[in-house]
Formats: sequence, C-alpha cells, structure tokens
Amino acid sequence: MTAPALTVSGLTVAIGGTTLLHDLSFALAPGERLGFIGGSGSGKTLTALAISGLLPEGAEVHGSIRLGDRELVGLGERELSRVRGDVIGMVFQEPKSALNPLRRLGRQMTESLALHYTLSRAQRREAALRLAAQVGLGDPERIVRAYPHEVSGGQRQRAAIAAAISASPGLLLADEPTTALDVTVQRGVLRLLRELTEGDECSLVFITHDLAVLAEIAERVLVFDRGRIVEQGPTMRIVRAPEHAVTRALIAAAAGPAVPGARPRSTVEDGARGSDAEVRDDCNA
Amino acid sequence: MSRFLLVRALTLALGLVVASAIIFAALRLLPGDVAQIIGGTQASPQQIEALRQQLGLDRPLLAQYLDWLFGAATGRLGDSVVTGTPIATEIAQKAQVTVPLTVYSLVIALLVAVPLGVLGAYRRHAPTSRLMSVLGVVAAAVPVVWAGLIGIVVFSTWLGWLPAQGFPRSGWESPLSAIRSLTLPALTIGLIEGAILFRFVKSATLGALGAEHLRTAMAQGRTRLQALIGHGLPGVGLSIVSMLGLQAAALLVGAVVVEQLFALPGLGRMLVSDVGNRDLIKVQSTLFVLTGVILILGALVDVLHRLMDPRLRVEEDQE
Amino acid sequence: MTRSAPPTARGRLIRSPRGLFSLVVLALLLSAALISLVWLPDDPNFSSAYRAWLPPSPEHWLGTDGSGRDLASRLIAGSRVTVLVVLGAAVVSGAIGLVLAVLAGLGPRWVREPLVILIDVLIAFPTLLLAIMLAAAYGSGIPVVVAAVGIGFGVAIGRVVRAELRQLAREDYVLAARAAGLSRWAVLRTHLLPGVAPVFTVQLSLSMGLAILAEAGLSYLGFGAPPSVPSWGRMLAETQAFISVHPAVVLWPGLAITLTVLAFTLLGDALREALDPRLGGERSAAGADAGSGATLGTATGLIAGLPGAPPDGPGVDR
Repeated sequence: MTAPALTVSGLTVAIGGTTLLHDLSFALAPGERLGFIGGSGSGKTLTALAISGLLPEGAEVHGSIRLGDRELVGLGERELSRVRGDVIGMVFQEPKSALNPLRRLGRQMTESLALHYTLSRAQRREAALRLAAQVGLGDPERIVRAYPHEVSGGQRQRAAIAAAISASPGLLLADEPTTALDVTVQRGVLRLLRELTEGDECSLVFITHDLAVLAEIAERVLVFDRGRIVEQGPTMRIVRAPEHAVTRALIAAAAGPAVPGARPRSTVEDGARGSDAEVRDDCNA
Repeated sequence: MSRFLLVRALTLALGLVVASAIIFAALRLLPGDVAQIIGGTQASPQQIEALRQQLGLDRPLLAQYLDWLFGAATGRLGDSVVTGTPIATEIAQKAQVTVPLTVYSLVIALLVAVPLGVLGAYRRHAPTSRLMSVLGVVAAAVPVVWAGLIGIVVFSTWLGWLPAQGFPRSGWESPLSAIRSLTLPALTIGLIEGAILFRFVKSATLGALGAEHLRTAMAQGRTRLQALIGHGLPGVGLSIVSMLGLQAAALLVGAVVVEQLFALPGLGRMLVSDVGNRDLIKVQSTLFVLTGVILILGALVDVLHRLMDPRLRVEEDQE
Repeated sequence: MTRSAPPTARGRLIRSPRGLFSLVVLALLLSAALISLVWLPDDPNFSSAYRAWLPPSPEHWLGTDGSGRDLASRLIAGSRVTVLVVLGAAVVSGAIGLVLAVLAGLGPRWVREPLVILIDVLIAFPTLLLAIMLAAAYGSGIPVVVAAVGIGFGVAIGRVVRAELRQLAREDYVLAARAAGLSRWAVLRTHLLPGVAPVFTVQLSLSMGLAILAEAGLSYLGFGAPPSVPSWGRMLAETQAFISVHPAVVLWPGLAITLTVLAFTLLGDALREALDPRLGGERSAAGADAGSGATLGTATGLIAGLPGAPPDGPGVDR
C-alpha cells in the first residue's frame, strides 16, 4: 500500500462515561517518524488504539481520523479490519504475549499478508523467509518453523515486527516495542524500526515513556498528559528546550534525579514510576 | 516426548498401586473378622471357616494383597461370593451400560457447554448471556437425584416421551430402546455437568478474548469474531481437553447415583447392591476397576494434551 | 470507586448482592436447625395411615407424605443433618487440607514428594466412591458421610492451597523475611498462612456446598443418615416411588438442597471478590464467571475441586 498521511482532528474518546482523550489534533506526513511520549495513563496508547480501531467495546469516539483520503471514525468492524494489517501495522510491547503461543512464527509473520492478499502456500513460505531475513532474524529456516517460546525475546520482537510490516503498511504503530527487551537488544530493534521507516513509504508512530529512546528514532514528538497533547515539536527542540512542566519532568526522569532544577511534579513522577515498573528483564535475549 | 511417556506411565503405575493399597486396606483391615462380615450373622462357624478357606482369608495379608493385585493386572478377579459368577465377567457386562451412559452424558455436557460458553463470553454483556450464567450457577447446585426425579415427572409421566426407568432386557440387541432408556439418565448428569463445564468454557473464552495475541490478530486484519475463532478457540479447546479426564471421571461416578435412580443394570447399581450384600471382595475389585479407569483416563488426557500443545512438547525438564 | 475509605472485606461481602443472599440463606438454615431442636410443627417421625398424602393446610404446611408424616417438620428437622454434615465436612476437610498443603508445600523433600503423589492419586478417587468404600467397611451413617466428604474435599483443598503456598513462598517479601532471620514457623504464621487465607476460605465455602450434594446423593443411595433421622437426601429417596402420583412432594427437599448449595457457591464467589484486594470493585460485573478454577467442583461425580488450571496456558507451570 502507498504511504498515507494521517490527520487526526478533534479526537475525543470516552470509555464508560469517563473522557480519556480530550480533543486531540495532530498530523503525520508520509514517511515521518512521530513519537508519542507521556507517563502511564496519559493517553498515548489509547490514541494508537483509536487510530487502529482497537478500542475496547463500548468506547465512544468523536472527531476525525483520516488516513490518506479515508475517514476511519465511524467505520464498522469489518471495514476497519480491512485497513488493519494492510494499511496500518502494529507492534506491541510484550512480544511473548502478543504472539500466539500455539502457532509457528512463519505463519504468524505472514498472517496480515495472507489475510489481505491471495497467496499460495509456497508464496507464503517464501514471504516468511524474506520477512525473517528483512527484520534481521538469523537462520530464517529455523525461525519460521519455531514456536514463540522457542526463540529469544529479541527474536520474538523482530518476528512481531515482521508480522506488522508483512503487508507493507503505510503506517506502523509501535507501542513501547523496546520496553520489554534487554537493553542490549533494544538498540538493534530501534535500528530496525528506523531502517524500515526510511523513505516516504512508511510512517511510524513510536510510543514510549522514555525520552532517551525517542531521541534516537523520532523526528517529531507529541507530549501526552492526562489525555491531552501538552506540547509538540521537533525532537531536538523538545529535548533541549522543553516548554511544558510535564516534558521537563520526563526529561528529568530520563536523565535521572541528578539533573538540577527539574523537579518533577508529583503526578508525573507517579506516572513515570508506574512505567518503570513495567520494564521487565528478558533474560532470554 | 518418550521420556515424558515413560515418566507418566510410571506415575500411573504408582498411582494404581497406591489406589489399590488404599482400597485393600480400607476393606480388609477391619476391626472384625472379614469372613464373619461377609458371611453375616446367620452363618454358622463352619460356613465362616469354609468362606475363610475359599477366599484365602487365612493367609497373610500381604500375600492376599499381592494375589489380588496380580490377579487384577491379568484380569482375574475371582468369583463373587454371593452369585458365584466371575467378578471380571460381571464387571464387563455391567460396563456395557455404564460406559455408554458416561459417553452419552459427556457428549451432552460438551454440546451444551462449549457453544453456550463461547457465545456467553463473546457476548458477555448481552442479557441472554447473563441469564445463561445465572442458570449455569443454579443448575450446578441441583442435586442429581432431584434433577432426575423432575426429569421423570416431566418427560415420562407428563409428556410420555421417554421410559421412566429400566433398561431393555435384550440390552444392546435392541439399540434404539437401549438409547431411549439411557437418554433421560444421560440428560440428567450431562446437563448438570454441562452447567459446570459451561462456567469453565466461558471463563476460558473470556481469558482468550483478553489475551494480547488476540489483539495482535485483530491488528493484522481480523474482526474480533474471526480472531476469536482463529486464535482464541484453539487455546480454549486445549483447556477443555485438559479437563476431559476429570469430566469423564465425574460423569462415571455420577452414573452410580443415576443408575440407581433409573434402575439401570450398570456398575454403579451393582456396586451399591454389593455393598448391601456385603460382597466385600467384589466391592473391592469394582472400586479398583473404577478408580483405575479414572487414573488411566487422566494419564491419557495428559498425553493427549501434551501432543496437542506445542509449548509442552519441548519443555522436558520442568518441575 | 470514589469512596472515602476502602471498604473492608466484610463490608464488601455484605454489600454484594450475592454475598447478602448467601448469608441470609445460611442464617435461615442455621436458625431452622437450632429452632428444630426445641420446637417443630409436628413430630417428624409420627406416621399414621389416616393422614397419608394430605394436601398443604394450616395444620400441615406442606402436607404429609405416604406414611402420613408432616413434610414441613421433616424438612425443618432435616436441616440438622445438613448443618451437621456441612460443619463436620468443613472441620475435617479444612484440617486435612491445611496440614496436607503445609507438609506437601513446605515440608522437607522426603515428605513433600510422596505426599504430592498421594494427593494426585486421592484426587482421582471420587468422594462418592470413597464414601461407598467406607460404608462397605464400616456401615452407613453420618460419620461415614462426613469422613468421606472431609477426606475427599480436604485433599482438593490441600492441592489448591499447596500451589498457592508454593507461589507465596517464592515472593520477594517472604524471601526477605527469611533473609531477615525469621524462623520457618514465624514466616508461616505471619506471612504464608494469612496469604493463603482467602484461597482457603473460598475453597472451604465451595466444598461445604458440595458436601450437601454429597450427603443428598449418599443418603439417597442409603449410605447416609439412618431411616429414623430425617434428612433431605433421604426425603428424596422416600418420595421416589410416588412421584408419578404426588410430584409436588419431591419439590421441597430438592429446593431446600439447591438453595443451600447455591448459597455456598455464591458465598464462595462473593468471598473471593471481597477477600482479594486486587480485584477491588471492578470485577463485579463479571462476577458470576469469575475464576473458573476454584469454583469448579463437580456436582455429579463429586470429584472435589479441580486443579484450577488457568484458562490460557493449561498446566504449563504446574
């Protein structure tokens, strides 16, 4: 698929009567790498879910999400499912639970492709091997036949990325894709995501609570706090001259408590701490 | 896999030995004379002595136990003191009622529980789904006897659809009437067990619906229903398989009560009347056969589960 | 949840409709049993051919049975057996379960491993068969019912609580307590036993309900209370011969049993939610289906509490 531009305007999401996203507006150019940052509960993941139409049942969505020339808000499940996997690819935080434990990786990596296009068995197999090589999985022959529990955490996440890009989507949503990974593996996955979104073919939305990670991959950053975008701008500008207190707190969290003059507000600190707790070691990697 | 099979076979054998020892100990280490108990109070001392000789009760307990255990392993269980027929023959004959009854009710339980459980979870907020849950909880609290009695009143007394009691004398030579006589009993235990299984299937499906890989499947372009069918239900099926042994065992034992209620000539009814007749040796063998079947079923289900779940195939050395 | 103070477990229990329902039913059961000791509408064992099959009337609230015995009196008096069996089963199975769990979970290796095998074998030994075995050896009666149910469910409780204990014992705060120099016994008393208390209580409540079903089945088969003692299970057996003529008579004991068992099941569910602080109030909607494993006792065969494999990932980390 071709690279669409994403335009979100006036996006408001309420679940169970509580408004969780307030009137969000932003745009994403073709091929752009955009970062979402914020503490847990700030609404960054919810925004990604809203874009892909994966909000929980009973969520009320208002506003507009335009992908290319197509309006996504108000689409039925069947129409949305045609967009997902084909035009929008998603990578989740924990590859161990995001992959089906009962299916071989090769089949999972080519799932989107097989769902949206007609493939022969041989073509699908070939695609799996090509994808495995593309995401830097060594020994593709073995990997495509393996079950998720048989490979390391880093390999699992690479396989999950392969699954997300198999149908060459124009937009890749990556929700904390490096958080669950070993630090040494994180860098490789980041580089892979950067390579895959090089050029105008595929844009990337990268969600994280870690500004240091974001600085490596995103060209532009949206700072989320309690369901609102409180600051946005080019990554370098945000890092060097943050304007909003929340952004300063996030920078302080990334740099550690030793940074002078950047006392985080308590709410943000709670958020940041909550996210830290989610970081898990993956010794398999 | 072969190592797993070996270990599982060994634990099964160990289980059978432990079970046999428990049964033997419970029925033979009595605070009285076993021959006297079997013979009853009317028996003369000579008769008791003859009984003791006949059953080998005068030999050391360990020898008696080993004889019985090896006999059971080779299918020789001795003769019934009361009827004089070989116990193994009688068990095999009665099993022709009990085993079909158990299978029949298991099929009913699965037919009720699986579709309703999956649907109940998929549409968990629908009023009908909530109603099903309430009915399931209530049905699981109903005593089997009562359910059977109500079934008899409704389906045979009022509607006249099914026979109230009994089993055709010709047995399976008249298959239709045999199935007809098993239908009400099988419905009785099948529906109650189905209610329990329903809760399990529903919560397993809810778990599957909440699994992250289901969200991945949706992100790849499936609708929620397609994702559930393609990626959730296989796991639910595995959970159900892992429960089948216990389910079958529960139904097998449920048959004891139901056979009594519907006057079916099965193992359960035989067991109850043997206890009444103080045919201790036969009770001992029947109990061992029933627990043996349950233990073997459990082992078979474990092996089946292992074969079906790729996660378990390789993890040879877990605790 | 915008309440000022977090509600206590007891508060949550009473506030949930299921908890309230079960507590009311169980209070009724207990008071019926207590009142029956001093007063009954009629002698539950007084039979007379002149008053057989009387319809309900102010004199005989539920009518009489084929022997002319007052059904209401028998029903109320029958609650005594139920309470006796429930309490007996709770004490026996609770004690067996706890001891088994501690020994098989935390004991030295040579105690632990044989016990685990024993538990696995005993769990396959259905309570009903256990009861028949005991009845064959020692004769019928309420003690046999209590012993069989107590052992059967005790093993099941032991298995569940053992798994919980083993998991708790690996938690950091328990390890920290051990590292801080607390003795095994002190750790058990201050951290582990309070930690497994919710699971234990829930299991106990569920097995109390199943005990009633077991009593009904066993009394029906003739292995339970002797004929002179009115019990609900026996009432079912006594009415069986006449159900085609007098179907209404079978209704009452069955209803009484179902209601009581239901009360224990719902109490178990409500307790699980009230005692588990992690659940908070958010699960109330899913209530009826919460946690399959622990709720799964099987009513027909009375194989007590199933292992409770998590819905996804069955038996992976057993």
